[in-house]
Amino acid sequence: MKVTNIPFMAMRKIVAAFSVALILISLGSLATKGLQFGLDFTGGTLIEVAYKEAPKLDDVRELLGQNGYSDVVVQNFGSTTDVVVRMANAYTPTLGDEVLSTLQNHGSNEVTLQRSEFVGAQVGEELREQGGLGMLLALAIVMIYVAVRFQFKFSLASVIALIHDVIITLGFFSLFEVEFDLTVLAALLAVVGYSLNDTIVVCDRIRENFRIMRDTTPYDLVNDSINQTLDRTLITSMTTLFVLVVLFFLGGEAIHNFSMALLVGIIIGTYSSIFVAANLLLAMDVKREDLIPAPKEELEDDLP
Amino acid sequence: MLNKYPLWKYLLILLVLALGLLYAFPNLYPDDPALQLSTQKATAVVDEQALLRAKNALATANIELKEAELTSAGGTLRFNSGEDQLAAKPIVAAALGDDFVTALNLVPTTPEWLSSLGAGPAKLGLDLRGGVHFLLEVDTPAALKQRLEVSASEMKAILRKDRVRYRSVDIEDGVLSVRFLQSGDLSSAEALLKGEFPEYRYATRQEAGEFYLDVTFTEAAKKEIEAYALQQNLTTLRNRVNELGVAEPLVQRQGSNRIVVELPGVQDTAAAKRIIGATANLEFHLEAGLEDNGADIETLTFRDGSGRTARLERDIIITGDSVSDASSSFDENGRPQVNISLDGKGGRQMSKVTRSAVGRNMAVVFIEHKSRSRFVETDGKMEEVRRSYSEKGIISLATIQTTLGNSFRITGLDSPRESSELALLLRAGALAAPIYFVEERTIGPSLGAENIKLGINSAQIGLLVVMLFMLIYYKVFGIFANVSLALNIILLMACMSILGATLTLPGIAGIVLTMGMAVDANVLIFSRIREELASGMPSQQAIHSGFNRAFTTILDANITTLLVAVILFAVGTGPVKGFAVTLSLGILTSMFTAIVVTRAQVNLVYGGRKNKKLYI
Repeated sequence: MKVTNIPFMAMRKIVAAFSVALILISLGSLATKGLQFGLDFTGGTLIEVAYKEAPKLDDVRELLGQNGYSDVVVQNFGSTTDVVVRMANAYTPTLGDEVLSTLQNHGSNEVTLQRSEFVGAQVGEELREQGGLGMLLALAIVMIYVAVRFQFKFSLASVIALIHDVIITLGFFSLFEVEFDLTVLAALLAVVGYSLNDTIVVCDRIRENFRIMRDTTPYDLVNDSINQTLDRTLITSMTTLFVLVVLFFLGGEAIHNFSMALLVGIIIGTYSSIFVAANLLLAMDVKREDLIPAPKEELEDDLP
Repeated sequence: MLNKYPLWKYLLILLVLALGLLYAFPNLYPDDPALQLSTQKATAVVDEQALLRAKNALATANIELKEAELTSAGGTLRFNSGEDQLAAKPIVAAALGDDFVTALNLVPTTPEWLSSLGAGPAKLGLDLRGGVHFLLEVDTPAALKQRLEVSASEMKAILRKDRVRYRSVDIEDGVLSVRFLQSGDLSSAEALLKGEFPEYRYATRQEAGEFYLDVTFTEAAKKEIEAYALQQNLTTLRNRVNELGVAEPLVQRQGSNRIVVELPGVQDTAAAKRIIGATANLEFHLEAGLEDNGADIETLTFRDGSGRTARLERDIIITGDSVSDASSSFDENGRPQVNISLDGKGGRQMSKVTRSAVGRNMAVVFIEHKSRSRFVETDGKMEEVRRSYSEKGIISLATIQTTLGNSFRITGLDSPRESSELALLLRAGALAAPIYFVEERTIGPSLGAENIKLGINSAQIGLLVVMLFMLIYYKVFGIFANVSLALNIILLMACMSILGATLTLPGIAGIVLTMGMAVDANVLIFSRIREELASGMPSQQAIHSGFNRAFTTILDANITTLLVAVILFAVGTGPVKGFAVTLSLGILTSMFTAIVVTRAQVNLVYGGRKNKKLYI
C-alpha cells in the first residue's frame, strides 16, 4: 500500500485564509440574516395535513384567510399532496384543531391530519437556551478530556476546529435559509462528536510519531501524520457520507434537515481534521517536549 | 508468531451473539393492532362473558377478529389491520357499555417462549406509532392564590368568633392584608392568627391612621404548596388518562412545575385535551333567602343561556371533591343526567345541611377555571401574559324535598357528552391547580407508518451501500467487517429491547449513522495492517500490531464521541433523546464487534497459518 505524500502543510496559509473567509461569511450571515428557527424554538402552531388530491396552495391560503386566519404560512411538505400550515405565536392551544376542521369542512377533497404541533413561546425559548448550553457543555467536556489524554495544545486545537465546524454549519443553515429545528441541533452535536473523532485520530498519530520519529521537524512530522491517516479519514468519511446521502434522499421530510446538517457538518469536519487542527498545532508551536516528559534530572531541581 | 484466541474467548463471543440474537429476535414480529378492554369500576370485571358480547357485536358488524384473550389487566382483542381496529372500537364500546374502557393499542406478537425470557420488541416512539404528546404547566401562582383565599375566609371566621374587629380582608399580589381601626385589634389578631396559621409570615404597618396586618407565605410553605399542587395534579391526570382508556400512557413530572402526558394511539386530540385540561368542578349552594343581603350572597346566571339568575349563599355545602363515584345516564324525559355518590364525609355534610333546609332551593354550580393568554409588548419584546379566571354557572336549582344522603342525581346538563365528561371528571378528581398546555404534538397514524417504512428502507439501503464498499475496498477483510457490522446492528437492537429504550425516527437515523461510523474502527485497523504490510512486516505480525496499535486510537476517538452523545441525551427531549440513545449504544456495540468479533474472524481464518497472503 502506498502512503501518500501530499504537502498539506505547505498549503497551510491558503487553507487558513479559506477557513477564516468561511467563518467570516458564516458569522456575517448569522449576524445579518440570523437562523430560520423552526417551531421548536420560536413557539407557535403547525399542522401538516395530507390531501387526497394535490390542492392549490393559494386556495388553501384563501380559505384560511376567509376564516380569519390571516397570518399563516402555507407550504407543501415533501410532496404536492402534503400541506403544512404554520402560524405565529399569539394563538391558543385549540387553534390546531380549529384549522383542521376548517380545512376538512371544505370541498370534497379528503383531508387527513398527519401531525399537529403547538409549542408555547416560553418552551421554545427554553429549548433554545438548553441547546446552546448543551453545545457549550459538550465543547468544555471534550476540551478537558483531550487535555487529560493528550496535552493542552491538542485540546485547544481540536476544540477550535470543532467551533470552526459548528460555525460554518450554522452559517450554511443561515445563508441558505434552511429551517433550524431540534433535530438539526441534534445533528450539530453529532457533528461535534464525529469531527472530534476524526481530529483525535490525526492527533493520535501525531503523538505517536513524536515518540518514534526523533529527527523530524514538527512541520514534516505533522505532514507525515496527516498523510498516514488520510486513507482512513477519507474511507470513514465516505462510508458515513454514503449513508447520509441515503438518509437525505430516502429518510423522509422529517429528517431531511437533520441529514443535511450532518452532510454539511461531516464534509466540513473532514476538512477541518485534515487542515485546521494540525494547522493550529503548528501555529501553537507543538514540540516533542509537549508530549514526552522532559528528562528527569530537570524535575529534581524543583523538589524541595 | 500466530494469532490465536483461546477457546473461552470464542465461546464468550458466541454467547454474546446468541443472547443478542435472542433479544433482537422479537423485533421481527410486527405488533398487532388491538383493542384493550379494562374497567375502572369495582362492580364490573372483564370476563369471558364480556369478551363474548364484544365478539358477537363484531361478528354482526362483519369485522374480522384475529384473537380474543383475557389478560391480567383485562381483555385484548387482536385485529388483522389498523382499519379493522379503528372500525371496531365504537362497536365494542357500545356493546360493552359505560362500565368498560376500550383503548386502542399495539400488542406484541412475541412468541411465549421468548417473552418468558423477558425478550420483547423495542418500544416505538410517538413519531413511529402515532399519538399525542402534551407538555402541561401547573399554574402554581394560582394554587398559592387559591390557598390564600381559603385561609382568608378561615381567618375571618376566627376573628369574628373571638370578637376581634377588623374592617376588611384583601388579597393582592400574593399578600393578604387585614385592615384594623385600632392597634389593639391588630396585636390581638396577630397573636391569634400566628397560633392558628404558622405557615405564614406576618408583618404590620400603619397607613393613614389605619392598621394593617400583612400575611404572606413563608418560603417553605410556598414550596410545600407548589409540590403538593404538582403531585395532586399528577395523580388526577393519571386518573383521567386511565379513564380515557389509553393503553400504555405516560404521565410524568418534568422539572419543578411541568407534566408530560403521552398518549400513544389517541387520534381525537380535541377530546383528549378537553378532558386532560378540564378544571371543571361542582359546588352545591343553598339559595339565599329574600331577606339575606350583603357580601355573603352572590348572584349567578344559569348555564342554559336563558339569562335567568339566582341569588345563592356563598357558603359551600360540598364540592365535587367529595364525590366518590359518578356515572352518566338519562332521566325519564331522555335528558342527560349524572348520578352521584358521595363519600362518607360528604354524605354526612350534605344530610346535615339539607335536614334543616327542606323546602328551600339548592343550586348545583358548575365551575371552570380557565386561563387566557395574550401577547403584550413590553420593552419591545412580545411577552405572554396569562390571566386565570373562573366561570361559574348554575346547572340546576331544585327544591329540597327531603334530607339528601349519599347518592342523588343532577340534571340540567347541555348534552350527553357534557354529562359523561362531567361524570368522568368527578370520578377522576379535580385538579389542585389550573394547568395549561405549553406544548402539544400530534402524529397521525399514517405518518407514523410512513416514518417506519422510510426509516427501515433507508437503513437497508445504507447498510447495503456500506457493505458493498467495504467488500470492494478491503476484499476478504471487508467480509469480516461486514459480518461485524451486521452483528453490531443485531446487538444494538437487542440492547434497545433489553433496556426498554424507545425507538424514534431520529433514532433510526442514529442507527443508520452508526452503520457508517461503525466501520470506522475496522477501517482504522485495516489501514494499520496495510501500512505494516507495506513496511515489510510478515502477515501475522502485521495483523497483531495492526489491531494493537489501532486500539488506543479507537478508544480515544469513541470515548469522545460517546461523551458528546451522553450530553445530547441529557439536554435533549423527545426524538432527540432517541437519537442520542441509538448513537451511544451504537458506539458501545460497535467497539465490541469491530475489535473483538473482527479479530476472532481474522484469527479463525488467518491465525493458524504462517505467512499466508492477506487479501486486504
